[in-house]
Amino acid sequence: MTLSSASSARSTSSEVLSVVASRELAGKRTVFAGIGLPTLAASLAHLTVAPDLEIVYESGVCGAHPSHLPETIADAVLITGAEAVLSMPALFGYVLQGGHIDVGFLGAAQIDRWGNLNSSVIGDWDSPKVRLPGPGGAMEVMADSREVFVVMRRHDRRSFVDELDFCTSPGPDRALADGVRPSGLGVTKVITELGLLARGGPGEELRLVALHPGVTVEQARENTGWALQIADDLTVIEPPSEAELRLLREDVDPERVYLR
Amino acid sequence: MPRPSPDKTMSLREAIAAFVHDGDTVSLEGFTHLIPTAAGHEIIRQGRRDLTVVRMTADIVVDQMLAGGCVRKLVSSFVGNSSAGSLGELRRRIEHADPEPLEFEEYSHYGMICRYLAGAQRLPFYPLRSYAGSDLPAVNPGIRTVTSPYDDGEQIYVVPPLHPDVTIIHAQRADRAGNTQIWGLTGVQAEAVYAARKAVVVVEEIVADEVVRSDPNRTVVPSHAVDAVVEVPRGAHPSFAQGYYDRDNAFYRAWSGISKDKQRLDAWLAEWVHGTTDHAEYVAKLGDEFWAGLAVGEALSEPVNYGRRL
Repeated sequence: MTLSSASSARSTSSEVLSVVASRELAGKRTVFAGIGLPTLAASLAHLTVAPDLEIVYESGVCGAHPSHLPETIADAVLITGAEAVLSMPALFGYVLQGGHIDVGFLGAAQIDRWGNLNSSVIGDWDSPKVRLPGPGGAMEVMADSREVFVVMRRHDRRSFVDELDFCTSPGPDRALADGVRPSGLGVTKVITELGLLARGGPGEELRLVALHPGVTVEQARENTGWALQIADDLTVIEPPSEAELRLLREDVDPERVYLR
Repeated sequence: MPRPSPDKTMSLREAIAAFVHDGDTVSLEGFTHLIPTAAGHEIIRQGRRDLTVVRMTADIVVDQMLAGGCVRKLVSSFVGNSSAGSLGELRRRIEHADPEPLEFEEYSHYGMICRYLAGAQRLPFYPLRSYAGSDLPAVNPGIRTVTSPYDDGEQIYVVPPLHPDVTIIHAQRADRAGNTQIWGLTGVQAEAVYAARKAVVVVEEIVADEVVRSDPNRTVVPSHAVDAVVEVPRGAHPSFAQGYYDRDNAFYRAWSGISKDKQRLDAWLAEWVHGTTDHAEYVAKLGDEFWAGLAVGEALSEPVNYGRRL
């Protein structure tokens, strides 16, 4: 199942995911985003639903005004003309842990029903089947952002699991169980090729709240590794509009670096 | 008459020979910008063994040092080839103990930063609001909890200090004494230097004392913390030096393929590291046309007025 066949033949999977994520940023002020779909979503939101949005990059850049679409979070074009460049202790200590981030974007190899994430290993940590990059700043993004959006290109049982092989970045429920009061809500939105999952905060499971046109509840259930709860008011996601697609293609990523 | 600075300049060969020994704990920092690649290559050329390498983002240079047989243990918070793919040698070592196991101590980014902060300030530990509920403390006994002695009695995770035997960083420029100036991403370089017993600074250019003194706020690491200053132009390739040359994104993308095949990786090391006597030869071997492709234009900052007593 791919998005191009599931929803709109006119738009690619990357475009649909970026557009859906951008709409969820309505009214947000600060977003901590890595390069790729999160940057596309944030840049599009800046032009549409969140004109005051500021993207903070893990490399320490705040208020970037890049001349070209950045290829990495540390691309030189992000620094030239930026409003501020911070050291790592300032970025992680003051900006992130200090509570200045509204929305953090994260990806992961595995996610569970509570929005806990694995980006460390497939298999056992001591002798893994696959060694993944590990936490980076994901743990801090999860612990310190007001809420976290996750973009998952693949929605299947290998990624949406009943039990994580390893919990790298824990949501607030696991933090509470460990005796620490969490400061954020954890994962509140998961944007996938099948639809949109959401949860309100501690104690709540992720629920399916919207589907892309043509995708069925059964498909979502079959591709999720736990008994997926379905929202009573399940909706169908509005396909990307002409205006959204035009902005994305002509202004945000005209050279199609990420809109593959 | 301004006092001239002491001269700590030496060649990279001399600096690695003097400050990096078998079995040492070596921190190499530079967060995607100013990665001390030339220093990593010289460590490989000199055949150092059993090193503990400390680096937040263990990327290409670490994969090369692993393949060069230099590393027994890695301390890191991210083991990947940026967003461009995998590190082949690192994955073989961790997933298959091929050709030998790799001891791996894993932290988060802020955990590593806090370890440097604790080390630099001679603190026994440093608290942070990460790790609660993570599986990481279970596989890393260095990550522990303390209870706040203040009214709320809050439980908080802590990490231990880092004290590298030597920290090596790359920077845009320094004077001969080691007053080191960095602009653009400054990362965790100052903390990594102050946490270490010795520090080696590799720079794009050594400049006159007056250049540094014309803009003292740009000095990220002062000379009292520096033991050796080494001029190695383009020593951060394939990463970049803001205002000097751009990132070689094509090489990052190529590395996943090179490192995936052990024979290809060995051939790469033989040609580009063991097959070059120093970084100048590596730079020359890449050729003028190649460097022209990474050239950057000018974007000067407005000068500031420090003022002077009339």
